[in-house]
Amino acid sequence: MALVTAVVPPTRRNVELALLLFAIVVAASAYAIVGLAVQGAVPQDWWLVGGGLALLVLAVHVVLRWRARYADPVMLPIATVLNGLGLVMIHRLDLAHHFNNSTSLATRQLVWSAIGIACAIAVLVFVRDHRALARYTYTAMVAGFALLLLPLLPGIGREVRGARIWIGLGPLTFQPGELAKILLALFFAGYLVTARDSLSLVGRKVLGLQLPRGRDLGPILVAWLASLGVLVFESDLGTSLLFFGLFVAMLYVATERISWIVIGLLLFAAGAFLAWTLFAHVQVRVAIWLHPFDPANVATAYQPIQGWYGLASGGLLGTGLGQGRPDLVPFAQSDFIVAAIGEELGLAGLFAVLVLYGMLVERGLRTAVGVRDGFGKLLAAGLAFSIALQVFVVVGGVTRLIPLTGLTAPFLAYGGSSLVSNWIIVALLLRISDSARRPPESVTLSSEEVAQVVAA
Amino acid sequence: MNGPLRRLAGVVAVLFLALFGSATFIQYVSAADLNDRPGNARTIYKEYSRERGPIVAGNASLATSKPAADIYKYQRSYPVGPLYAHVTGWYSTSLSSATGMEKAADPYLTGTADQLFYRRISDLLTGRQPKGASVELTIDPAAQQAAWNALGNQQGAVVALDPKTGAILAMVSKPSYDPNQLATHNRAAAERAYKRLLADPAKPLDNRAIAGSQYPPGSTFKLIDTAAALSSGRYRPDSPLPAPGVLPLPQSTAVLPNDDRQPCGPNNQVSLADALRISCNTAFGNLGMSLGTQAIQDQAAKFGFGRPLQIPLTVTPSRFPQIQSQAQLAQAAIGQFDVRATPLQMAMVAAGIANHGVVMQPYLVKQVKSSSLDVVSSANPTVFSTAVTPQVAADMTTMMEGVVQSGTGTRAQIPGVQVAGKTGTAQTSPGAPPLAWFTAFAPADDPQVAVAVVVENGGGYGEAASGGAVAAPIARTVMQAVIGK
Repeated sequence: MALVTAVVPPTRRNVELALLLFAIVVAASAYAIVGLAVQGAVPQDWWLVGGGLALLVLAVHVVLRWRARYADPVMLPIATVLNGLGLVMIHRLDLAHHFNNSTSLATRQLVWSAIGIACAIAVLVFVRDHRALARYTYTAMVAGFALLLLPLLPGIGREVRGARIWIGLGPLTFQPGELAKILLALFFAGYLVTARDSLSLVGRKVLGLQLPRGRDLGPILVAWLASLGVLVFESDLGTSLLFFGLFVAMLYVATERISWIVIGLLLFAAGAFLAWTLFAHVQVRVAIWLHPFDPANVATAYQPIQGWYGLASGGLLGTGLGQGRPDLVPFAQSDFIVAAIGEELGLAGLFAVLVLYGMLVERGLRTAVGVRDGFGKLLAAGLAFSIALQVFVVVGGVTRLIPLTGLTAPFLAYGGSSLVSNWIIVALLLRISDSARRPPESVTLSSEEVAQVVAA
Repeated sequence: MNGPLRRLAGVVAVLFLALFGSATFIQYVSAADLNDRPGNARTIYKEYSRERGPIVAGNASLATSKPAADIYKYQRSYPVGPLYAHVTGWYSTSLSSATGMEKAADPYLTGTADQLFYRRISDLLTGRQPKGASVELTIDPAAQQAAWNALGNQQGAVVALDPKTGAILAMVSKPSYDPNQLATHNRAAAERAYKRLLADPAKPLDNRAIAGSQYPPGSTFKLIDTAAALSSGRYRPDSPLPAPGVLPLPQSTAVLPNDDRQPCGPNNQVSLADALRISCNTAFGNLGMSLGTQAIQDQAAKFGFGRPLQIPLTVTPSRFPQIQSQAQLAQAAIGQFDVRATPLQMAMVAAGIANHGVVMQPYLVKQVKSSSLDVVSSANPTVFSTAVTPQVAADMTTMMEGVVQSGTGTRAQIPGVQVAGKTGTAQTSPGAPPLAWFTAFAPADDPQVAVAVVVENGGGYGEAASGGAVAAPIARTVMQAVIGK
């Protein structure tokens, strides 16, 4: 007798709720500790800040129960605790800088968190199926490249600390590269899912590598030139590395050809070397990285050196929240929030943050493995890898692994564009993970139907 | 596509491992090197938040650290602020600076001095919160207060020394300032106060007693001429000196007159003792020219002119200028021309004469006690120089007693106590009210205190001001406070 049982996987929404509450408790406690350390008392509005954050992320949780029951249960709590920790750190720096309510960056960051979370909810509500996004492949390409190149436009482009990756409209400033990251991942996914067959055609074999045909090199050369353009004209190694790395990684996932990675790495190395020999501002960045304590670099290397002093003073366990001097590092709330965390929470705290990022990326890649359609796989992989690359570029820059760039740590750092983009990324990953874990419609039977099947 | 995805996860793992490695390198492996680098402000801030030892004098508390509810943990405060401002200086987290004793005694106050090494080890082992040592000054609060009150609203300075040891009993400079305004943790307020003090034309931040722009010593410099003359063996207190009403200066159209343009004695002559008693300019102009530049310069150097000094505050060396002509030498001999002296230097002159010709090294720190009240170090009086022989010192003491008994310094008399002193009235610029000087010691037979007073702008007496009228009463008040009469 054949017995057909429908295995309905658990939605894990209650796990998510428990983790979310824990994330909120962590953030609210950190906020209270900062108040105790800096002002000697638990801030009176701690329940307001904790409650506000709780209300926002619980709204996402409710939307997930309604629209994406099978979504991954770990991503939202990770985004919550990182966003919360960032808010606490920014508030802590506000206190050190004696900012009042009207100049408070934490308040603005909280508003941006609300906007970002609202965008995430909108994505979850309006994008019922991620495959629908494939229709916008070329729209995304145009919009993505436009956003990427927007800072080069005279008039609205702004150069901030040597990197021209900002635009300004009146008092509002925006890093369009953050949104471009999502659009280009969308475009790469849509393009590669159709072009993968031709790109993975066997070409000549040289030194054990399957080399592609010459005419198939077109797309990677375009991406390479675009990323070089970013490096040279926006003088930001981070943004450049992020886009080219994203493209090469997605190309590799799509074609399963190692040769693309080798070609990509060689092209990038050659391009970076060329930019270094030709452009003074690139040389400055590299000089700061290689010889930070050289007297010639005193002025330019000031910020990273202060950041390292902060990290060193934090040591293994940190000074404790509110008890270090992260305010001595210029732009500690944005570029160097990682240094502020390392100083006050120590190497242990920094490791915890890195592990959180790692788990978020791993959940994204697992989603890519689990989802059944090629577009979804590529999009999830691209978004997840973009987070990994960005964390690598930011933390690597702060800890002197690579030259410093103008990118900021996802969810932690002060900045509206970054926060909104990252919440959208998490919403997209949640959406894809829902379809990855959702049992196929045909098998989802009600218990009555199951009974009938069994009876038959 | 799942195979590449798994390998991509491997790449991510490698990237994150590299981050773990680089973070560990900065925060653990090279942390000690980074912490010790010169220019690392954090190491300094760490000291700011340690409980700093107090500065005390007698039973007065001059600087203390009180717990504060902010990142520095302790607020430095100065209970009697302006009275001791130039002694304590300030310790300001907002300005990232320390001055005065706060700077000079910093290793003790923070507890990092070598002598406190074992103390630190025991703090470490017992888990006790490390605290700085307390620094006790030689200042006599009664003398300090007397000097402060006597100087009133005048600009100027007072220094009092124990001539036998060199201990500084009083050091007042006016105008003063409130170090609390600079030590506040409110950075904007501290910077505002500092800018205002810097811009103040009266220069309240200068410690006029030991530094600042220094003063021409005027007639108090005649003590050095007298010492040089007696030491040369060619003069005795009763040696006659030519003393016309106006002294023509050689190779010059300028003249050196007495204040009243009258001769200092019959036949245009006066004894050395009387010349000092009535502060006869022409007699000392002549005496200077006949002694010669070298003799006067050497004598000045023996009292400390031109020698760097740390008490442990840094003292600006007083100076005797390069002399190009006899006219300049005559001017310099009466403490004008480019002669410059600090009140501390002139107090050292009086103290040296009082102490049988031996100048003791001036000092401010009486002793240092660790936070558990063990004495870590205490002052050990040392000889600074031998300026004159005991015989010359004795002769000069008698001559200086004459100044106070029946000369220019009668307003320094203390009933029942023999006071030895010398007045000075120095011109700073033509037409401006002069500087009023007085330097003295008492009791003359068993000196307990030597003092120097300078009052700017004639102390409000205008051009008629003199050291005897303006500065002598202040010196008397301070000496009375020390000897208790």
